[in-house]
Amino acid sequence: MANVLAFAEQRDSEIRGAARETVSVAARLASGFGGQARAVLIGGPGIASAAAELGTYGAEVVEVGEHDGLAEYQPEGYAQIVADRIAAGEYTAVVFPATGLGKDLAPRVAALLDVPLATDVTGLEVEDGRLVIVRPAYAGKVFAHLTLDASPALVSIRPNVFQPSEHGAAGTVEAFAPEVDPSTWHVRVTERKASGEGELDVAEATVIVSGGRGMKDPSNWGLLEDLRDAIGAGTALGASRAVVDAGWRPHAEQVGQTGKTVAPKLYVAIGISGAIQHLAGMRTSKTIVAINKDPDAPIFNVADYGIVGDLFDVVPRLTEELKALKARG
Amino acid sequence: MNIIVCVKRVPDTETRIRIGEDGTTIDPSGVKFIISPYDEFAIEAALRTKEGSGEGEVTLLTLGDTAAQETLRAGLAMGADKAVLLEGASTMDGLATAKALAAELAEADVPLVLMGVKAADDDQQQVGPMVGTLLGRACVTGVTEFEVADGKVVCQREVEGGVDVVEADLPALITITKGAYEPRYASLKGIMAAKRKPLEQKEASTQPPRLSVARYEYPPERAAGKVVGEGADAVPELVRLLREEANAL
Repeated sequence: MANVLAFAEQRDSEIRGAARETVSVAARLASGFGGQARAVLIGGPGIASAAAELGTYGAEVVEVGEHDGLAEYQPEGYAQIVADRIAAGEYTAVVFPATGLGKDLAPRVAALLDVPLATDVTGLEVEDGRLVIVRPAYAGKVFAHLTLDASPALVSIRPNVFQPSEHGAAGTVEAFAPEVDPSTWHVRVTERKASGEGELDVAEATVIVSGGRGMKDPSNWGLLEDLRDAIGAGTALGASRAVVDAGWRPHAEQVGQTGKTVAPKLYVAIGISGAIQHLAGMRTSKTIVAINKDPDAPIFNVADYGIVGDLFDVVPRLTEELKALKARG
Repeated sequence: MNIIVCVKRVPDTETRIRIGEDGTTIDPSGVKFIISPYDEFAIEAALRTKEGSGEGEVTLLTLGDTAAQETLRAGLAMGADKAVLLEGASTMDGLATAKALAAELAEADVPLVLMGVKAADDDQQQVGPMVGTLLGRACVTGVTEFEVADGKVVCQREVEGGVDVVEADLPALITITKGAYEPRYASLKGIMAAKRKPLEQKEASTQPPRLSVARYEYPPERAAGKVVGEGADAVPELVRLLREEANAL
């Protein structure tokens, strides 16, 4: 069998972008191996209604497990179910998302199956029937081509790197009954505290507006919020390590080593000089814009477009231009 | 409360990483090595937990070569009580590392094991939950702050778009990320005392890695960008380029 399984992540019973990516990658790999792409979706009662969408991204079969205790991610329950599905299916490869959930889940599954795991993978191809795996190390300062001597190949893929692709075909949905006993779990999620209303996580954003020490004071962040809102949906705020360490911004926003590694379509670095740890965390962004008053700031070495100037003049003007653009349609 | 903190010796995060001549290793010459920053948060968390409970010992555990003695001494200087060096190769195969650590931890039988959420070299972010799973213990990852009470540990876990409050039974393994535990600096007294603290060295039970580096390469250089202009007057041109050339808006 040369089948490939994708773990399909949901939150609040909605399919996440990361699931469209894992399923699309699984479909591509399965066609390289000459096998079938399947997906596994776990959630609370009713989650099956969300499953059909995954077929359009290339899953021929979506295995759906519904359980009262599994509406939200429960590490031990999810890991056991996924390991059981993998063991039952004879897969060549299994694709997880390297999201917060995936980074917690995939290693548990790997340990249960006694198979190594490559995480946060940015390159995945089938060449001559073999899987070529590439992933960043040292926060992106180098990339490693890996040799894997085990089956199935377990990988987690970095969000936003692999584009989802629609195939148009509908997959078959197959229900299974998860065999879990929540009373045996050692870990329970007791409360979920959402951050600000509608705020998007920096690791999931397609555009990031990131601020550094050049912002001078946390009270100036309104400028960045205005710019974020002017760019529109899919935009999140990011921050340099310096301003997180200073307590100006929460750690959840930090980009770079000891923060998050991101790869958005557009990264706007404002008042960020570009320490090596920061550059490592954002250099795979598609387009980088830097606004900084210091023409020698290292950030300009990785930026596609730079404006040298006072951010307190430049940023409001940028917000204004983008708003005007939108008003014109 | 007795606590074991797993740590790793890694290149300083400010280091420029150079690929070795064989293409499969990192050239260590001129590289300054440190305790992985996330492991420092874990040591700090362990020391505060011990101080809060007023009793117990903090033991450091690492898998590595003899050079890792230096890393352990640095952690002892922060205030840990003793250290164990498992001599063996730490590779890209996190499961092999997890098995070596789990074998040691199974014997040690402490209520709380801490480690950084990931090591700042391979960045695989997998050893913690693998060890937890191998030991069949409660495991919570990416924790910014926790509190131990009544045989349980209540953790704040950073997730996309918010924070999960997670309750775990003891014994537990927790991986720590940046949050409440800004690491202390070692005092001169601490550095002196560290030299006399027990450091046990023994052979690790490691298996050959099944995941390894075929070759490293540098990331593609970004093509030299252009400075669009100076000051706010350059904004209209920037917007035009982002729309028409980069197709980014």
